[in-house]
Amino acid sequence: MFYREAGQFKTSYAADMAVFPLRQDRMVVYLFLLFAFIGMPLLARFNIGVFGQDYIFNGILIPLLILSLAAIGLNILTGYCGQISLGAGAFMGIGAYAAYNISLRVPGMPLLFFILLGGGVSALVGILFGIPSLRIKGLYLAVATLAAQFFFDWVFIRVGWVTNYSSSGSVNAPQLNFFGWVAERPIDRYLVCLLFVTIFAILAKNLVRGNLGRQWMAIRDMDIAAEIMGIRPLYAKLTAFAISSFIIGVAGALWAFVHLGSWEPLAFDIDKSTQILFMIIIGGLGSILGSFLGAIFILVLPIMIDLVPSAFGVQVSVQTVTNLNFVIVGALICALLIYEPRGFARLWGIAKEKLRLWPYPY
Amino acid sequence: MDTLGPFLEILIGGLLSGVLYSLVALGFVLIFKASSVFNFAQGAMVLLAGLALVRSLDLLIGYGFPVWAAVVLALVFAGGVMALTAYFAERFVLGPLVNQDSLTLFMATIGLAFILLGAGQIIFGSDVYPLALYPTDAWILLESVFPGGILVNKLDIWGGVIAGLLVAGLAIFFQRTKIGRALRAVADDHSAAQSVGISIDWIWFVVWLASGLVALAAATVWGTKLGVQFSIVFLALKAFPVLIIGGFTSVPGAIVGGLLIGAGEKLAEAYLGPFIGGGIEYWFAYVVALLVLLVRPQGLFGERIIERI
Repeated sequence: MFYREAGQFKTSYAADMAVFPLRQDRMVVYLFLLFAFIGMPLLARFNIGVFGQDYIFNGILIPLLILSLAAIGLNILTGYCGQISLGAGAFMGIGAYAAYNISLRVPGMPLLFFILLGGGVSALVGILFGIPSLRIKGLYLAVATLAAQFFFDWVFIRVGWVTNYSSSGSVNAPQLNFFGWVAERPIDRYLVCLLFVTIFAILAKNLVRGNLGRQWMAIRDMDIAAEIMGIRPLYAKLTAFAISSFIIGVAGALWAFVHLGSWEPLAFDIDKSTQILFMIIIGGLGSILGSFLGAIFILVLPIMIDLVPSAFGVQVSVQTVTNLNFVIVGALICALLIYEPRGFARLWGIAKEKLRLWPYPY
Repeated sequence: MDTLGPFLEILIGGLLSGVLYSLVALGFVLIFKASSVFNFAQGAMVLLAGLALVRSLDLLIGYGFPVWAAVVLALVFAGGVMALTAYFAERFVLGPLVNQDSLTLFMATIGLAFILLGAGQIIFGSDVYPLALYPTDAWILLESVFPGGILVNKLDIWGGVIAGLLVAGLAIFFQRTKIGRALRAVADDHSAAQSVGISIDWIWFVVWLASGLVALAAATVWGTKLGVQFSIVFLALKAFPVLIIGGFTSVPGAIVGGLLIGAGEKLAEAYLGPFIGGGIEYWFAYVVALLVLLVRPQGLFGERIIERI
């Protein structure tokens, strides 16, 4: 009825190539960003509703934003380029520890550089582990990335230099000082994450629409055909590994610096890897929006399993919540792979299509 | 002679603990051969089998059954749980995904692994349950040759015996029985097998059941060694490097790969560990697998049909 493109003409090439060609879509995105950047701080400032509590930022929104960023990174590699990775957690860890070590050993640089350099180191390691992908693919690559996961788990625990010989293995992030502005309150840290995620999401979205993204998708859909068409697998795959690892590394640095503050090697174990992989499978492989939807689902589900039964007066133990979470996520993954392999993002697309035609069936 | 004794002791201990990896890898190979499904859920199946076994065993002994009867009944019950799992996996997860690419199937088995883990722990509990099916004391061998002799755990010997029996049994099953022949036909070519009247659903169920029973055998040994607990799932992930070294489609490969990994990581831990910090057992197998992938992607015994790009 009111969601349709009648009367919206594309009169320039720029309009033709817009990310959101429909005015209604644009309005929704702008309103959403406006709310996230300005509305949320205002709500927090005046203690309105749940937004007055620190938990909503520390416990939900900040992890959500950072893991969405990691999911975008993994989606570039797995969803767009078709290279499955079980090592996302390790690459987050590399970003975090690299940023920590650079901040420790090269003091005096702005904090922003530490985080980005952490991503850079992660990108280099990503290229290194991407090299086997030129000879092997699919399941073999999954094992190679699993090797990365376990190897770096060990490095974080056992190589003293990485943790600056801290006896417990836990390290502390430096003060969150962005060019003189110190992010201390939860709302400040939320805004830092939001800014990072917004910028990287826009970059990623434009990257996957462009030349490079199309090369990745060609490699994913059929590597031999892509090669015959003149796409260099070496270049396409290694760029996917590098960019994906860079984004995941930045997410890891944010996770350590902004979310955790002080952390142990266990923060980046294989559970984190599978969690991020599940986000993109559920949210939608090959979709930036899907990365967000998947992250929301995976993070909110355990909270819901905790809250809903207790609302009905049933007490559920922590163990049962974890296990129930396993069962639901596992079942949902199987169901989505069978019925809608492109995840929630595709369901959203179908809903939009229906809305455009509504109230007519077609 | 002073260094040879400890070396042999580590080597034998490593080989025998490698048998455990072989047992898990064996389950993978069975499913991969028949359906080209790379079954991430094998570790979860080991845990589920172990939980079903140890919990029903405790319950039966609590009811006053004699131990031998309780063990037999518990084994039958755990086998039944594995049969149910096989049916569930085939009917609801893999059946609808026939003809999908292997990556989709792989991700589906990750989902299946989480269903099994969650459901198993909800039904049977999620603590550490000790299991005492085999003797766990040690033998001291060759005391006359080496000072102090060589320490060998009886449990590891049992693991070796079980693995040997399983391999022999599976070899007979594959080569001599009608179902075994049908199974190999399905492994070679799905549609050709179907066209001569072999029911793929039935064969897949049999394969999943067989690997479920292998998981049960693995669970008895691992459970006695470590107690039935969640960390078994992570140890079972070591079957992946074992498979890469042995080759995905080879039953002997799974055994040899497991032995190599087991012995290799124990020796590396003992002789390299002190130089680069301990705990390299944790990743040694994976890094070896990575190197094997670069040099010989089909593994030691695998068929050379890997897709190269």
